[in-house]
Amino acid sequence: MDADVMTRPQAASGMTQAAPLLRVTDLTKSYGHVVGCRNVSFELRPGEVLGIVGESGSGKTTLLNAISGKLPPSAGKVEFDTSRFGLTDIYGLNEPDRRRMQREEWGFVHQNPRDGLRMRVSGGANVAEPLMNLGNRHYGQMRAATIEWLERVELDTRRIDDKPRNFSGGMQQRIQVARNLIHGPRLVFMDEPTGGLDVSVQARLLDLLRELVRDLGLAVIIVTHDMAVARLMADRLIVMKNGFVVETGLTDQVLDDPQHPYSQLLVSSVLQI
Amino acid sequence: MTARPNEPERYYNYAYLDEQTKRMIRRAILKALAIPGYQAPFGSREMPVPYGWGTGGIQLTAAIIGPDDVYKCIDQGADDTTNAVSIRRFFAQVADVATTEETGEATIIQTRHRIPEKGLTEGQVLVFQVPQPEPLRGLEARETETRAMHAYEEYGLQYVSLYESVAAHGYIASTVGYPTMIEERYLMSPSPIPKFDNPKLGQNPAILLFGAGREKRIYAVPPYTNVRSLDFEDHPFETQTWEEDCALCGAQESYLDEVVLDDSGERMFVCSDSNFCAERRAAGHAGPMAGHQLAALDKEPA
Repeated sequence: MDADVMTRPQAASGMTQAAPLLRVTDLTKSYGHVVGCRNVSFELRPGEVLGIVGESGSGKTTLLNAISGKLPPSAGKVEFDTSRFGLTDIYGLNEPDRRRMQREEWGFVHQNPRDGLRMRVSGGANVAEPLMNLGNRHYGQMRAATIEWLERVELDTRRIDDKPRNFSGGMQQRIQVARNLIHGPRLVFMDEPTGGLDVSVQARLLDLLRELVRDLGLAVIIVTHDMAVARLMADRLIVMKNGFVVETGLTDQVLDDPQHPYSQLLVSSVLQI
Repeated sequence: MTARPNEPERYYNYAYLDEQTKRMIRRAILKALAIPGYQAPFGSREMPVPYGWGTGGIQLTAAIIGPDDVYKCIDQGADDTTNAVSIRRFFAQVADVATTEETGEATIIQTRHRIPEKGLTEGQVLVFQVPQPEPLRGLEARETETRAMHAYEEYGLQYVSLYESVAAHGYIASTVGYPTMIEERYLMSPSPIPKFDNPKLGQNPAILLFGAGREKRIYAVPPYTNVRSLDFEDHPFETQTWEEDCALCGAQESYLDEVVLDDSGERMFVCSDSNFCAERRAAGHAGPMAGHQLAALDKEPA
C-alpha cells in the first residue's frame, strides 16, 4: 500500500498520502546468539498511532529501544523525517545531531516514571526542562508554559514545586507526559505508559493520552501487553512473537479477526469480567 | 640573588612531587589553558593531607612552583586559618620558597572560597582548590552523560538548578559555586567561591588554575578570558550586597563575613579578605568597631 512512497526517500509535501514520518527497514537486533527482534519493517505517518503488542520477551522493548535511538541495531535501518536533514537514517547521523533530534522532535514516556523524571528536582522543573534544553532562557515564559501543561494533564497547579516523589504513581506519569509533550514533539514513544497503575487511574490516563494525541496530531509508537490499551490508543497494531512480527493490520481488524494463531491466542486470553 | 650552597639540589625532586608527576600535571595544565573551562583529567596523587583539604590545589602549586616564587595561601579569604597556615608551611618546607600574606607580593596564591579583593596582576597565578569540578553533577549523576553534554555543548540542564532556585525563592538564591560559561563554550564550576567573586573571573590579568584532587581534574581560565555567569532573561545575575560596612576597616565594596561575638546576639561584619582589611587599617581607614580585639589576631607568624 506504500509502494509509491517507498520510491521517494525525501519528504515531499502536497502528496495525497503524507510521506512517512518514520520508516523501519529489516531491523534486526540480536544479543549474541539471542534474538531480540528480527527483520522488522514498517512505516509510520504523521498523526498515526502504532501499537506494538506481544507477550513479555517477544522483543517489543528491544524494538522500541532500537527505533528510538537508544540501542543500535545489528542490521537494518531506522529512518526519520528530521526537520533539519529530511528522511535520514538516525544511526547515520553523528551523535550530537542525533541527540539534538531526539531532544527536539521526540518524546519518550517510560513505564516507570522514575526512569523518565529527575527525581531530585521539582515537578515543574521536570516539565520545563525540555524548554531549557531547546534554549529558552526566560523564567516567566517557562513557568507559564509549565502551568498550562500541568492544567492540560489535569494536575493541581499549586503543587508545581513539589518533588516527584511526593506525587502518586498516576500523577508522576502525568508529569512525565507533560514533560514529553511541552516542547511540541512530532513523535512520541511510549513504553507501557499505564503499566503499574490501578485500573481507574489507568483509564483516566488513557483517556487523557488519547485526547492529547488527537488534539496535537502526534505520531505515537506505543508498546503494551494490554489489549485494552491497544484497542483504545492505537490505529494500527504490530503483533510480535519471539522477535518476529507475526501479524500487522488495523487495530480493529487484528483484534476482531486475528489471523495468526498467536494473535488469536493473545486476543482470547484477555480476561473478561 | 646570591646562589645558595645547595643550589643544584634545590631543583632536583623539588616541591614534594617527583619530576615525572610534575611533568604530567604540567601537561594537564597546558591542556586546560589551551581549552579554557575544559576539565582535563590527570593522575592525582596521594598527598599528605586528606582529600577535601586541598590536594588538587597543592598538586597544582607543587607542579608550577619554583624556588624564586613567593607563595600566599588563603582559606575563606583569611591567611591565618589552620588549613591556610598548614599548607603555607608545607610549601615553605618542601619548596624552600618565601611566603607572604601580601596579595600584591605573591606570585602564586593558593585559595579556597575567595578571590582576593585586591586586583591581581599579570604574572600572578591563582590556584583554586576544587571539591567538585562538574557543575552538572548535582543534576546528572552519570559521568559519561556529563562528558557528552560538555562535548556537544548541551547546557540546558544547568538552567534547571536556576529554575528551581527562582521557583523556591523568587530569585536566583544560589551563592557559591555559581555556574559560569567560559568564552561561551564550556560550562565551568568556579569552585566554592561566592558569586560575589564571579565577576573577577572574567578578563582577569592573572592565570586562574583549578585543581580537584579527588575527582582528578584540572581546568583553567587563562588571562583576559570572557566569563559569563548564567542567568535568566527576566532574572539577571546579581552579586551579594551588605547593608553594613566592614566593622574594622569601613570597607564598603568587599565581601563581608558575619562574626557572632557573644551569646546575646552581638555581631560584627568584617572583610573576609584579612590581608585587604589589614592593609586598609594600616592606611588609616577605620570602621565603627575599629580597635576591636579581633583585629589584633591578624598578624599571626606564618
